[in-house]
Amino acid sequence: MLVSLFVTCLVDQLWSSVGVSTVEVLRRVGCEVQFDERQTCCSQPAFNTGYRDEARQVARRFIEIYESSKAEAIVTPSGSCAAMVHHLPELFSADERWQKRAHAIADKTYELSSFLVRVLKCEDVGASWSGRVTWHDACHGLRDLNIKTEPRKLISKVKGTEFVEMDNADSCCGFGGTFSVKYPEISVAILDQKIEAIERAKVDAVISGDASCLMQIGGRLSRKGSDVKVMHIAELLASQM
Amino acid sequence: MNHLSSETFDDNAKSALVDMQLRGALRNATSLFGKRRLAAAESLQNWEELRSKARSIKDDVLLHLDQYLEQFVATAESRGAKFHWARDAAEANQIICKLIADRGGKKVVKSKSMTTEETHLNVALEAAGMEVVETDLGEYIIQLADETPSHIIVPAIHKTKRQISELFTAELGIPPTDDVDKLTATARATLRDRFAQADVGISGVNFGIAETGTILIVENEGNIRLTTSLPRTHIAVMGIEKVLPRFSDVDVFLKLLPRSGTGQRLTTYQSFITGVKQHDAAEGPDELHVVMLDNGRSRMLAHPITRQSLACIRCGACLNACPVYQQIGGHAYGSVYPGPIGAVITPQLVGLKKTAQLPYASSLCGACREVCPVKIDIPQLLLHLRGEITEAAVNVRRSEHLAFRLWAMAMSRTWVYRLSAKAGGILQGLLVRNGKIGKLNKLGWLAPPLLAWTSGRDLRPIESKSFRERWQSELKQRD
Repeated sequence: MLVSLFVTCLVDQLWSSVGVSTVEVLRRVGCEVQFDERQTCCSQPAFNTGYRDEARQVARRFIEIYESSKAEAIVTPSGSCAAMVHHLPELFSADERWQKRAHAIADKTYELSSFLVRVLKCEDVGASWSGRVTWHDACHGLRDLNIKTEPRKLISKVKGTEFVEMDNADSCCGFGGTFSVKYPEISVAILDQKIEAIERAKVDAVISGDASCLMQIGGRLSRKGSDVKVMHIAELLASQM
Repeated sequence: MNHLSSETFDDNAKSALVDMQLRGALRNATSLFGKRRLAAAESLQNWEELRSKARSIKDDVLLHLDQYLEQFVATAESRGAKFHWARDAAEANQIICKLIADRGGKKVVKSKSMTTEETHLNVALEAAGMEVVETDLGEYIIQLADETPSHIIVPAIHKTKRQISELFTAELGIPPTDDVDKLTATARATLRDRFAQADVGISGVNFGIAETGTILIVENEGNIRLTTSLPRTHIAVMGIEKVLPRFSDVDVFLKLLPRSGTGQRLTTYQSFITGVKQHDAAEGPDELHVVMLDNGRSRMLAHPITRQSLACIRCGACLNACPVYQQIGGHAYGSVYPGPIGAVITPQLVGLKKTAQLPYASSLCGACREVCPVKIDIPQLLLHLRGEITEAAVNVRRSEHLAFRLWAMAMSRTWVYRLSAKAGGILQGLLVRNGKIGKLNKLGWLAPPLLAWTSGRDLRPIESKSFRERWQSELKQRD
């Protein structure tokens, strides 16, 4: 299947290994991967902060770029950015033409784990990694795209990996985009609940589907001097030890 | 009384976060209610179906509100109820004070009602020289403490048992005790006398049924039953959106409301009040006055997105589920309605100017939408209000708008995007130590968001080689 990668601006600049891993996993399961180098952002930061004009400006360009591709699916290693793409039609509620175009793009945009399991029907991607891990349900993937069982299925098939559920895996890590810097004290207070649950789970690594949550969780773990690793699901699935 | 303001939400929240007693109380209560709600919802096989049904009933009500209100008024009037229409809080309070004064009344008992909290009725009654007593245990505690409710259905959720004992010792003169039954019995004994002496009882309304003209109020303590039946005059205060078309609709909402609120299958009491005491009845008030409150509701009704705010049945489930509410509690919001639904309703009730922080007091995690029994898309409403706030430029920092304009420019041109990232990568060299940006001190003023982030978290820096560069050098040639 021809797949167009939307790598996300965060992964592009801060966490390139997530993008590289995504390409490796997709190729391993037989996809042809293309990457349009004009891409930047899905418009989420502006949309979520209330700057709808700015969001529309960036979103239009996003739509145009992916309209030019012949790929059957747009795949992204982020539940949050995939969910934003699914929200694009709302952003164009007053513009029927653009709304239609947004719908067409949204209909073929998938978060990585749900693409593997739902579209490709693939749960074992041939990965191996040794250690005990837990999964953090990133909110937008979970509640906007209903991604819950897919990553767990994928992780359970990784050789050498022991999976354990942590308490309240589905509760927010406190990131919330600009919320994390508008109200840093509240954001960190929420985060500390998550950190406690991770510590109680006694894992080597916490896995999630969004680099933003992992940046938040990892930033606090690092500040506390913890040796628990944060790992994107793409990195786990790409690993072959 | 020292009420917090929504304008100082950020400071209120910071104070709440260092109050360990508050956070302990919140943690216990919200997780308990959350677990009970889930168990109660799962005990019904058709929970999702009920939610959809409830929402479609509410949608129908909101689309034909005028008709259902006319029907409700006509049927209730035929049973002897009198109706009064209040455009806003002040008008509602004025109507109520006059009703009581005209009857030579002075002593008022009140049952729990968020609508009268919304109008700040107690302040108005006291100013008019009335004696008003809250008869819901939680509300009574709050009244004794001279505070405001911090939760829609659990007004004293922020208080520990010990704090309540200390309050009762100071205000009611009982010896300190940690026995909940003793504390409850003390309140009960004090309140019994008040019921017996009251001239007027004031209640809220959970649902007004158009078909039969019935008012339905749910509760667990029996105080609403007493408030609405013992005094000769009953005044019910009702938001105009609380009408339901048919008596059979009650079935759907009575399954959803107690389960969502307290995790109960049913509340202990459901009072169905249809008009005044009929000639052959043994009890009931001689007069029933229903005060219908608009106070911004018809404005919410006018817009297709904000309209769904009026579907709210005030169960409080979204508060318990909200990670922000769980940490800071209700008072920090500085508004009558706290939590996610409060952050949605308050700006629409009192205007954006003083409440512009509230729609931003959310990580948009969506837990509120997941638990809402009438499927209100609270994140969508928060985003809508954020859009309104930036467009009206209410309390928005110019620097933030400028930053987003520049951001949009950069994100619209790949070369600008790449160049800005590279520049950021170079500038951050001043701050990166051991592969991360730690707590900033001297240079924090350069970038306030960076300072905010690193106050509690290390930051992953921009990598020297971006994905797109690695695509070029490592991945592309494999095609």
